Amino acid sequence: MGLYFLCIILFCVGLYGVLRKRNIVKIIIGLVIMNYSISLFFVLLGYKFHGRAPIESQNQTIANMVDPLPQALVLTSIVISLAVMALLIAIAIRIYERYGTFDITKIKRLRG
Amino acid sequence: MAGINIIPLFVVIPLGAAFLISLFGKFIRRFADIAAVVTSLSLLVCSFRVMMFLQNTPGKLLIYKIGGWQPPFGICLVIDGLSMFILFIISLIGFFVTVYSLAYMEKYTDKSKFFTLFSLMICGMNGAAITGDLFNLFVFLEIASIASYALVAFGTGHEELEASFKYAIMGSVASCFIFMAIAFLYGFTSTLNMADMARTLSYKQGNSFVPFVGVLFLMGFGLKSALIPFHAWLPDAHSSAPAPVSAMLSGVLIKALGVYSLIRIFFNILGATQGFLSALMFLSVVSIIIGGILSLSQWNLKRLMAYSSIGQIGYILLGIGLGTPLGIFGALFHLLNHSVMKSLLFLTAGSIDYAGGGKDLRDMSGISKSMPFTAKVNLIASMAVSGIPPFSGFFSKLIIIVACIQKGYLGYGVCAVVGSILTLSAFMKVQKFAFFGERKDGAKNIKEAPWLMRFSMAFLALFCVIGGLMLLPSIRFFISDAVQVVVKGTSYSSIILEAISK
Repeated sequence: MGLYFLCIILFCVGLYGVLRKRNIVKIIIGLVIMNYSISLFFVLLGYKFHGRAPIESQNQTIANMVDPLPQALVLTSIVISLAVMALLIAIAIRIYERYGTFDITKIKRLRG
Repeated sequence: MAGINIIPLFVVIPLGAAFLISLFGKFIRRFADIAAVVTSLSLLVCSFRVMMFLQNTPGKLLIYKIGGWQPPFGICLVIDGLSMFILFIISLIGFFVTVYSLAYMEKYTDKSKFFTLFSLMICGMNGAAITGDLFNLFVFLEIASIASYALVAFGTGHEELEASFKYAIMGSVASCFIFMAIAFLYGFTSTLNMADMARTLSYKQGNSFVPFVGVLFLMGFGLKSALIPFHAWLPDAHSSAPAPVSAMLSGVLIKALGVYSLIRIFFNILGATQGFLSALMFLSVVSIIIGGILSLSQWNLKRLMAYSSIGQIGYILLGIGLGTPLGIFGALFHLLNHSVMKSLLFLTAGSIDYAGGGKDLRDMSGISKSMPFTAKVNLIASMAVSGIPPFSGFFSKLIIIVACIQKGYLGYGVCAVVGSILTLSAFMKVQKFAFFGERKDGAKNIKEAPWLMRFSMAFLALFCVIGGLMLLPSIRFFISDAVQVVVKGTSYSSIILEAISK
């Protein structure tokens, strides 16, 4: 149970970074931490203590099997978050070229 | 080709087109244009074929098992009335916007990259509409979202980048919440197939788990569909993106990703409780009023339309939140109408910008003299969106308001009327400042838009005028089939599972 709470705390750390930080790079890092925490949570859902890999062999019955599906799902989600992160960093570089700053309080042309 | 085998083409065609365009678009002149038009036209034809096939199928349900694996272990693609409805809207708007952007995107440097991203976005939305697997829904949602983040930043100016960054951050946070909710649901039910999940949840009722997951989903999909507390990205993204992209975002993306997924998950998987419906109705009424007021105070033309989009999404979700068949019918009809009207409005804003009229209402005047066609089309769309009787928007709003009064929510009905008046005044402001009045000196050399742009605007305007005919009993099946799916609620699961086991 404690492990799950640690995941939620990590999620909150990421959310704090997204909400409170002013630097664009730190916001991106916060977002990545959020993604990691959820991936970790998802992998933990399938994990069993003293479990083993779900590989069938001929004359053997496996009692305590780890759920392999979350690992496959998390791999997909990591790829997705990598794509988002690459796009965000590309945008951040372009923003720095245009505005000359990473501070979001100085990037405010759109309002109203 | 047999009907069932068409289903995966909705994902395969745009995905393949995106790949080919990015590969050959740079070397062969006009390849990107031709491929994009062929893609969107074939998608439109496919959706007509599937619609015909769906009508002749008993049960009005088509299931395609990917790789022949039996669901719930394998992934299945499901087309029912609701998916068909959304698919058709995506294909229709997608085709006209593609034709429009052939001419409009000339002023940007890299048209082939634009069409690559555009096809990816359509692929993601089509996939989200037809999938029967919750994690698959998340993946397609992300494909469409990432493509749209990149498309908003396509001009790479100051405002585009700022809007895109804001949209990308908020969209990713929304995706995080959706992913977390999916993780919780998987941990609880040990399945990802939507129908199987609904069945398992119906066994395990009676705890606070479902409301908790519901709140996470409401946050995620509310952000994607820009309900009022989560709306901050929408005006920036819509007003800064190139016009075809804003038309796609406002016309289709917020509905396919936001409203459709919200309906599918809440009505068909979790089961809509009264508490959730009340929350949805409250948020949507707030959206109607605040969206209307904020749109009235804007001077940037596309920003005004974007705020009005928030209000119209409020109408759709108000009808959904009523939960009665009439309310859902009105909501889905308004979804169809609004996607046509609002894409048309954004396209007219784009053609004003293309002709050199600028974006700020205070700088325009007397455009109707130089661009008579655009002015007429914009007038039609404005009247339709504000609900003037013969146009399509009137009927859908009327149905929603009648459904409100029938259910006894008189106050919400009054709010809907007030919102309609606010929309009308906002668009009258556009008419007065942009189209009527004296022509300014700088505006002498504004010319009418090229014929490709006029072609798609003309067809969308035609639909705005005759859209009310959708209510005729002979073609009403298109909407009422979708309503049936929503009304059936969680018994959706048993229908699908029965169809799978056949």
